[in-house]
Amino acid sequence: MWTFIHKLGSPRWFYAISARLQPWFWAAAALLLLVGSVWGLAFAPADYQQGNSFRIIYVHVPAAFLAQSIFVAMAVAGLIFMVWKIKVADMAAAMMAPLGAAMTFIALFSGAVWGMPTWGTWWMWDARLTSMLILLFLYFGVIALRGAFSSRDSASRAASVLAMVGVINIPIIKYSVDWWYTLHQPATFTVTSRPSMPMEMWLPLLIMLLGFYSFFIALTLMRTRSEILRRESTKRWVRDLAAEEA
Amino acid sequence: MAFASFNEFLAMGGHGPYVWTSWAVTAALLGGIVIHARSERRQLLRNLQRRARRERRLAGGRAPVSHQRGGHVDDT
Repeated sequence: MWTFIHKLGSPRWFYAISARLQPWFWAAAALLLLVGSVWGLAFAPADYQQGNSFRIIYVHVPAAFLAQSIFVAMAVAGLIFMVWKIKVADMAAAMMAPLGAAMTFIALFSGAVWGMPTWGTWWMWDARLTSMLILLFLYFGVIALRGAFSSRDSASRAASVLAMVGVINIPIIKYSVDWWYTLHQPATFTVTSRPSMPMEMWLPLLIMLLGFYSFFIALTLMRTRSEILRRESTKRWVRDLAAEEA
Repeated sequence: MAFASFNEFLAMGGHGPYVWTSWAVTAALLGGIVIHARSERRQLLRNLQRRARRERRLAGGRAPVSHQRGGHVDDT
């Protein structure tokens, strides 16, 4: 088990293994997102209260889920990097941050657009919206920290610490709708209990959610491989490999 | 099918602008992210190959150049 983890932690192994995994996740992402979009946009029934504006849910909820999951993944990768000095974990964390920020932006933007016909306002300083905005700033902080050091190791450690500290915001986002009075409705999507919406609405949402997660995995694999090429460019195996892939 | 015609589909029962803006921004961002990741990878491979060619030239052209394996050649 330990040898396996250390092998996976070696950039060279990761580069080889991720090459084999990557196409599957891209294929899954493309298929799931296509099916989910067509189903969610054209076939799912309209909501009896919100009409067709509820179709924003199919981008809003997956983006919001992913925005939070990516931050947790980044904090875990930061922990692995700090404790076991596994460089690949840090490379992956560095590649996750911009995608996480993009997902947070999508969640906030689609939420604002959705708020206009539903709540009559695009923004409220309520707990859920504010804690998501803080998440966006945390992502910006992590990205900025990486660029703020001349030494890569200091930058990696600072970004890891901020990710591990900032992860406290995640339970706050999750429970904000229960702890405070907010405009935002409570969780609409759970896997653990019976869905509160009809099956024909819930299934496309599940498919979109899986599609977003596949996209995240595929992109992180791909960009971590690029980061390996960038950081290990002086290693012999990287040079040989670049010659092969010419 | 939740809509009777394509125009109804586009109108989204009057919520068209909201639905389509959200979806378009999401699609544009995801697409842009993929394009960026691809060009990033191509660029990195090109740089590596360029450096490999230069090193071959240096090593082959002149008498043995002392250059450490794994070290940087002075370039940026």
